[in-house]
Amino acid sequence: MNTKCNNISKSTHMNGLSFQLNAKSFAHLLSYAFALLFLFSACSDDDTPPAQVDEEEVITTLIVSLTNNNTGEQIELRSQDLDGNGPDAPVMQVSGNLSVASTYNGSIELLNETESPAENIHEEVLAEGTEHQFFYTQGGGLNVSTQYSDVDNNGNPIGLIFTLATTAPGQGTLTFTLRHEPLKPNDGTLSGAGGETDISVSFPITVE
Amino acid sequence: MQKFLWVSMLLIGTVTQAQTCELIFSGIIEDQHDDSVLSQALISIIDTDYYTYSNEQGEFSIENLCPGNYTLEVAHAECKTRTFSIKINENISKVLKLEHHYEKLNEILLKGNAQRINKSAPVDYLDQTLIAEKSDQSLGDLVSSIAGLSIMSTGKTIIKPAIHGLYGSRVTIVSNDVRLEDQQWGSEHAPNVDINLAQSVEVIKNASALQYSGDAIGGFIVLKPQRIPVKDTLYGKTRISGQTNGQGGSIHAGLVKSSESGWYGALDGTFKRYGDFSAPNYVLSNTGMASNTLAGRFGINKFNYGVELSYNRVFNNLGILRASHLGGAEDQYVALNSPKPLIINDFTYYIDRPMQEITHQIVSIKTFVKSNALGRIDLRYDFQLNNRREFDIRRGSDQNKASLDLDLETHAISLDCAPKIKGLSYLKTGLLGRFFSNASNPNTGVKRLIPDYKRYDLGIYALAGKPLGEHLEAELGIRLDYMNIKAFKYYYLALWEERNYGILYPEFELETLGTQILTRPRFDYLNPSVSAGLNWSVNEQNELSLNFALGARNPNPSELFSEGLHHSASRIEIGDLQFESEISKNISLGFMHSRTNLSLSVNPFIRFIDRFILLEPTGIQQTIRGNFQVWSYRQADVLLSGVDYNLRYTLNSELNFDQQFSLVKGYESDHGAKSLINMPPPQLVNAITYKIDRIQNLEIRLESTYTWRQNEFPDTNFEAFIPETQTLELIDVSSPPGAYHLMNLEVGYPLLKLGNGLSKLTVRAENLLNTSYRNYLNSNRFYADEIGRNLLLSFTTTF
Repeated sequence: MNTKCNNISKSTHMNGLSFQLNAKSFAHLLSYAFALLFLFSACSDDDTPPAQVDEEEVITTLIVSLTNNNTGEQIELRSQDLDGNGPDAPVMQVSGNLSVASTYNGSIELLNETESPAENIHEEVLAEGTEHQFFYTQGGGLNVSTQYSDVDNNGNPIGLIFTLATTAPGQGTLTFTLRHEPLKPNDGTLSGAGGETDISVSFPITVE
Repeated sequence: MQKFLWVSMLLIGTVTQAQTCELIFSGIIEDQHDDSVLSQALISIIDTDYYTYSNEQGEFSIENLCPGNYTLEVAHAECKTRTFSIKINENISKVLKLEHHYEKLNEILLKGNAQRINKSAPVDYLDQTLIAEKSDQSLGDLVSSIAGLSIMSTGKTIIKPAIHGLYGSRVTIVSNDVRLEDQQWGSEHAPNVDINLAQSVEVIKNASALQYSGDAIGGFIVLKPQRIPVKDTLYGKTRISGQTNGQGGSIHAGLVKSSESGWYGALDGTFKRYGDFSAPNYVLSNTGMASNTLAGRFGINKFNYGVELSYNRVFNNLGILRASHLGGAEDQYVALNSPKPLIINDFTYYIDRPMQEITHQIVSIKTFVKSNALGRIDLRYDFQLNNRREFDIRRGSDQNKASLDLDLETHAISLDCAPKIKGLSYLKTGLLGRFFSNASNPNTGVKRLIPDYKRYDLGIYALAGKPLGEHLEAELGIRLDYMNIKAFKYYYLALWEERNYGILYPEFELETLGTQILTRPRFDYLNPSVSAGLNWSVNEQNELSLNFALGARNPNPSELFSEGLHHSASRIEIGDLQFESEISKNISLGFMHSRTNLSLSVNPFIRFIDRFILLEPTGIQQTIRGNFQVWSYRQADVLLSGVDYNLRYTLNSELNFDQQFSLVKGYESDHGAKSLINMPPPQLVNAITYKIDRIQNLEIRLESTYTWRQNEFPDTNFEAFIPETQTLELIDVSSPPGAYHLMNLEVGYPLLKLGNGLSKLTVRAENLLNTSYRNYLNSNRFYADEIGRNLLLSFTTTF
């Protein structure tokens, strides 16, 4: 293949410079032009597909583990979106209801399950604690209170570990929002913190 | 020339009558060979203090002359200096001819000959003087001064020219005879050209220039290369500018060496650097830019042949407004409801992520020969390499990696000839072959936005003009283009199935890999294009033209294959494999009227585009990052219509009034005549130019631009759940911003001549009143105001 390509390109040069151009040399010119064209198509056609790209940064899975301080009972909130920004909606699971007047120790795990083994994103978030923060927002008839249990290098909360206290029974949503590059320190509200949303998941929660 | 001398002789013999020193000597400087006008010629009266420069129309005027005999010296950078004897005893006007060498010898640079082609099409020109004054600007900024042209932008530095609201792959940009291939499919991809390399810029506002391409359904922007005189000379130019907004500037320097024997070489360089620009009330954080260009040409020009080798490299590092980078609908809601950007930092020159880094390189070899039988024959080859890297705000070890890293390679070869046929005013015909290879770096850690593909093009065309009587000329052009594209694309399996591609294109499927499927889409397109026109010089003052252009554009890779999150727009974009070519049928009318103190042009047009590809919201997609709006490409039959209008009224020798108006309307033919998105709103420009001859031609120009609000737009709003308030809120991403009025002031001061060259100092105040406004066609309009007042000082000189 290569020798053929070289031959054609060698014979092309300078022919275009003849002074008395007649129909014959014009025809030559034309044929060289097309030979060059053929060259492009012939020399560069290959059928090897490029490598598949693993979405390195995508967070596919959020797992919130809540452990009851008194009973040791564990509740898991899980949202899994295996195609990342793809068309499939995330799948959400809540393993059970919370008990009234209880305190739970919460921890958050973030995974990229498009890679095998799954990549732990929460470690990255922890390492870049000053640039990240989780926010917990409740809605509907839910009545819980949350408190951060971890701090970044500047003494501001990150929110990968927290405590959650329930009082009265109720039903509503609990939204976990991870903000990248929020204002830190902030007033604890989403609007006050700004930044970009990396995670936003609302779980249906029942306290009974 | 002879005639002129004869007239001069006669004048010398007449008796002096006027006694006061109030005489005016005016005239036009023309090229002896083709009667084209020469701007920036220095006209001086020897042994006096009188001198002036010819303007863009080649005109000059010297006032307050006493009656008497004078010797006139006319110098121009590209011509031999010439002297004329003249006797003045009344106000007179003369045409002075200079010998401009390139018609005779510099054929490679002046394509074709004096005969203009595409005469019936709506064409506008921007000349060297204007380019020199706007040396710091982008191509988009430069051409937007033409009626009917606007800019699609992402902030101040990412600027795409739009013709009647059409941009990107609908506009063909040609620079130094090379069709620019720099991934123009993206709305935030600015063309990578340096306007300083151009002698002039020609804009054709429809698809009729079939010698360049058949798919420019918006039109063409053609940057003509610098003309190099064939004489023993060494000359150069420098353009320097500095400005307050962005606290930066630009420097351009060019050097040309040419010889009588035909050999020549030229070297050009441009360097630009700006920090964060500012709106009237705040800094637009991370909007700085750094850019540099290096260009060289080397060749020989003989009477009947010539060869040129050229290289051109443009590098751009462009910051993107930090506050425009968002996570999803929730963030969008907050950003849209904030009166100012959510992130405002102190001014800095540092360009942080999000940003783009683009390097575009062109190597071209062109040669021509002239023969009696076939006229002029041009053979060209060019190679372009475009590397585009886009950097987003990322996390962890990916922080310094580009999110998009594309290499587009283009090889093109073309053969054109222009035989002289009896009975035709011109004939031009040619063949073109092109090969594209697009490769995406897989190490970005982000799913490819544009798949790897290979593309082959073949084109053939012929254009001819035929005089029908003394004042009427007819033009006809035809072109046929074939294109083949083969891609390797990893689709999300869910999308592949949702779109029914598995049933429509089972032959494309190669392999399923987890949630993705590897496919091999292949498409062929064959498109004819036609252009036909009439040009009628009704009389000395009036000219009429009519042009019909049929163009066809194939869907570009983003329209076919897009499938994923478009970070800068905070939305998911989805293409469609089933798209067919867009077909545009355009009718343009031109009316030109000119007399001594008035010139007027009116250009109405109507354009039917079948299967126009547009992008619009079709739903909301839930992801773990929250909700994103999904925008899908769709085809629809549309109708564009509008009018461009220009007026110049000369009140007296010192005062000019210019007016410009443009209007474009775009609707879908069905769907209840739904308005098209991103159509430029109507705009009216009024300008007064005051040129004071007695103060060395000091020129003051005051310009007012009024832009109406675009009241015709499609409703693309959507609702999103906001967890904080537990409510569904309207996200208004369609309402255009309000009307605005801007004032610009420019003062140009030609300096005393330095040696053989000429210099000019210009002070410009842009947005003089520091108006806060937002531009519908700037995608940053959701987040921030446009830039505020800017004072610019520029100095241009040739030597």
